[in-house]
Amino acid sequence: MLAAVTLSLLRGLMTTLELFFLTLLFALPLGLLISFGSMSRLTPLRGVTKGIVWVIRGTPLMLQILVIFYGPGLLFGLPLLPRFTAALVSFVINYACYFSEIFRGGIQSVPAGQYEAGQVLGMTRPQIFFRITLLQVIKRIVPPMSNEFITLVKDTALVRIISVYEIIWMGESYIKKGMIWPLFYTAVFYLAVNGLLTLLFGRFEKKLSYFR
Amino acid sequence: MPVLEVKNIEKRFGTTHVLRDITFSLEEGQALAIIGSSGSGKTTLLRCLNFLERPDKGSIAVRNELLFDAADPATQQEAQVRRKRLHFGLVFQSFNLFPQYTALENVTLACKLLAQEQPDFRTGKACILKEINERAYTLLEQMGLSERAGHYPHQLSGGQQQRVAIARALAMSPDILCFDEPTSALDPELTGEVLRVIRSLAERRTTMIIVTHEMAFARDVADQILFMDGGVIIEQGEARQVIDSPRQERTRQFLSRYFAG
Repeated sequence: MLAAVTLSLLRGLMTTLELFFLTLLFALPLGLLISFGSMSRLTPLRGVTKGIVWVIRGTPLMLQILVIFYGPGLLFGLPLLPRFTAALVSFVINYACYFSEIFRGGIQSVPAGQYEAGQVLGMTRPQIFFRITLLQVIKRIVPPMSNEFITLVKDTALVRIISVYEIIWMGESYIKKGMIWPLFYTAVFYLAVNGLLTLLFGRFEKKLSYFR
Repeated sequence: MPVLEVKNIEKRFGTTHVLRDITFSLEEGQALAIIGSSGSGKTTLLRCLNFLERPDKGSIAVRNELLFDAADPATQQEAQVRRKRLHFGLVFQSFNLFPQYTALENVTLACKLLAQEQPDFRTGKACILKEINERAYTLLEQMGLSERAGHYPHQLSGGQQQRVAIARALAMSPDILCFDEPTSALDPELTGEVLRVIRSLAERRTTMIIVTHEMAFARDVADQILFMDGGVIIEQGEARQVIDSPRQERTRQFLSRYFAG
């Protein structure tokens, strides 16, 4: 029995991990783009970006999943997005907004003197960003990012609301057969994934500890 | 012929008039010290020379080449500002070394990036990079830091960091090297080692502008002194004359606070 349950939970875990990695793949660059928007010198662009970030961070992710899945059909009569795609789209938008704030904090925490030192040495803006600022930003955002990554692993459980068969869904399905323990058993998988993430982030942080 | 000519520079931040009608010139191989109390506009003036601030009025020329004229937008194009900056070097009060690079890499980074733009960079790459490294190493040696070349900034004392910053600025071979209160962030014990380096640069006739609160140092090392107050040049002249027998009452007041004890 244990083997059968483990196998079906592993299938659920695959969906969970797929959502996790795809969200990161799209949300990290999108988040950087949004952070540039929220730091823009153009007031309207900055206003719009900050408005979007406010709405996305100010409403529950579960609601966003429902709106993206059912919204286009109910409002405009469009065909529904595939369930997994709808889940992915809402996760990407949601996490990009959180990432953008982390990026903004990281970028703005690099002292102005670093930019100025680069400028005075005749470096171009891209050179200053890639050669001087970027690594300092990365170093500063590693701890808050590890939080977000771990939260993301657990947030994937929300997609069961639109019947994406991730790991909690799989565990829950055993309740109908009179078994509650497979649901509790899912915790082991979350702990394993997040344990691995914690380890990797710890290593990365150590790697960047050669400078201050 | 002066190497630097600054004419009628004005700068406002909002309603605050930070610089008013600043005019002075500097001869090749001379050191100019700028003194004055905090908020007198000394740092803003240096930042204008390094194109970190844009003056509202006035002009800046180096070796008769007009680098900036507030009345002529053609002199303010962003793409050219970058090249113009290379006429000046700037050593900051807070060092501003790049923390993720070693002392040697701090000195070579900008040189290497600039070298990449040379047309013959690809063919002579190894040779060019070797030259840059050797020159940087020589500069660090001059600063008494040859043993610290592989250290990261956080492994160095403040005085050592500032000397790396000086080597970094010198590596770009600027026409004029500017110092913005180079010892103000240092303990008294570390101040000496940085001042010694600046003194040796003066002895080698490096053209310099030094914003400083070290009056005795300014008197001994600088050829000219410029005293500023409230964004205006109150007095300028030969260094010993300005310190020992200032002509203006305001200068006397300012100096008496330094030499009272």
